[in-house]
Amino acid sequence: MTRPAAAPLRQMLLAQTRSELRMRWRVPAFSVTNLALPIVFFTFFGLPVAHVVRRDGVSVGAYLLASFGAYAVGNVMVYGFGIGVANERGMKVDRLMRASPLPPLVFMLAKVVTALMFAFLALVLLIGFGIVVGGIHQTPAVWAMVITRLLAGSLPFIGLGFAIGYWSGPHAAPAVANLIYLPLSFASGLFMPLDQLPGFVRTLAPFLPSYHYAQLAWSALGAGRESLGESLLWLACYTALFLTLAVRAYRREERAKFA
Amino acid sequence: MTPVVELRAARKRFGQVEALKGVDLTIAPGELVALLGPNGAGKTTSISLMLGLRRPTGGEARLFGLDPVDRRARSRCGVMLQESGTTGVLTVREIVNLFRAYYPSSPPAERAIALAGLDAKANARIATLSGGERQRLYFALAVCGDPDALFLDEPTVGMDVVGRRAVLASIRALSATGKTIVLTTHYLEEADQLASRIVVIDRGVVIADASPREIKARIPSKRITFSVTAAVGEAAFQGLPVQSLEVHDHRVGLLSSEPEGVLKALFERGVTIRDLEVTGADLEEAFLSLTSRR
Repeated sequence: MTRPAAAPLRQMLLAQTRSELRMRWRVPAFSVTNLALPIVFFTFFGLPVAHVVRRDGVSVGAYLLASFGAYAVGNVMVYGFGIGVANERGMKVDRLMRASPLPPLVFMLAKVVTALMFAFLALVLLIGFGIVVGGIHQTPAVWAMVITRLLAGSLPFIGLGFAIGYWSGPHAAPAVANLIYLPLSFASGLFMPLDQLPGFVRTLAPFLPSYHYAQLAWSALGAGRESLGESLLWLACYTALFLTLAVRAYRREERAKFA
Repeated sequence: MTPVVELRAARKRFGQVEALKGVDLTIAPGELVALLGPNGAGKTTSISLMLGLRRPTGGEARLFGLDPVDRRARSRCGVMLQESGTTGVLTVREIVNLFRAYYPSSPPAERAIALAGLDAKANARIATLSGGERQRLYFALAVCGDPDALFLDEPTVGMDVVGRRAVLASIRALSATGKTIVLTTHYLEEADQLASRIVVIDRGVVIADASPREIKARIPSKRITFSVTAAVGEAAFQGLPVQSLEVHDHRVGLLSSEPEGVLKALFERGVTIRDLEVTGADLEEAFLSLTSRR
């Protein structure tokens, strides 16, 4: 009997991604928070001041839509990977997966693809809401650039999510994710423009990953404060830092469970 | 033909504890082997080494002649492990379909679902399954890719009588089609019913590797207890197939693999017996007698 020695990786990735999408969709803790929360926040913080025009000529509405877009994508990544990975470790999914023919890299890649799809959906819903309900106007090309940049630049938050997921247990992960991600977003000026925040926050912000991440979206509107290269360099450094932490925790667990 | 499993002088140390102390084991294609031993004997560690879930600290482990972590070797194996889980939001059919995608040529999902006796639950979410049904789901995941070899660690733990019967029948049927099956159990009866070969592991070493018939002759399977009217000495049991004899006043307890023979001889020797009880021996106890005898 001749049959291929192993299943094609594409077949595995497709099936794995389909399952990940189903799992994420069916857990309201993920789907609702990922998709609805940014819109709710924007309604409170953004809509009332949507038509004020900033000194750089960009409407506050568009500026905050970009801010909450950055928040939304980070949210999908940090919570999705942080809580998701910690939960799966708690349920010992890893042991079953480890014994299966599925390569660990395909397992992780499916999670990344799924998260990017959710992030895309979150951005489309948020921006669509801003356009329809808030009457915020930008050309489709600008929105497309905001979306593309935010998805492409999300790597540091994937790293942060994995790090939280591997360092904390299933019960601690939601708290840890909140304690890290909410203050980080706030202090980076994602909820309110930085010039409305206290002085020490303004001093701190330029050292935070979310600040440089949001610059990708702000500068797409013409409201950025640094060059694209500078933003990318900061994000690359944070990616390296978070991925190092994640890989270290992953290895520690590998040694304990599978050595 | 390349053996399915090869452990050569395999050792595994966890900190201060040596869980396996040099195990040699070769399993040929088509064999149905039961690894039998009390809890903590090293059965799960052995399976983990075979599958590459753990690396030996000494010796070697091969799976289909390859490194056990090789994807080509893994793709020929279906496994059912203790202490492994899955997220509950998928349905039975969905997760079986997911696992089918991991294998090069899988039969339809219905086949695995039927082998596990889960037809009625095919569209149920995993979270709604009972413990026994969940265990059968893991069996379905193990067989869904039509693998050449099955590794089943305590497959029937937590199953009710009906579910257990369904799974044991499926194991037999799969074995009849030429699949290699390695399972662990701490029930001598289960090993006896299923396997053509029993490997007994105790405290990290293989202490017996033989047919069920031979194993049963060596491991006392029954506990006999009774009272005697007149005090008996140990001499009354001289030459009988008896292990771990305990005599307290008028109460006698012993282990034996041939209870009928023992009782017949006692009657012939004129020992008067009352309150006779013959029960299945606890395996841990039986092993203790086996190892203390050596």
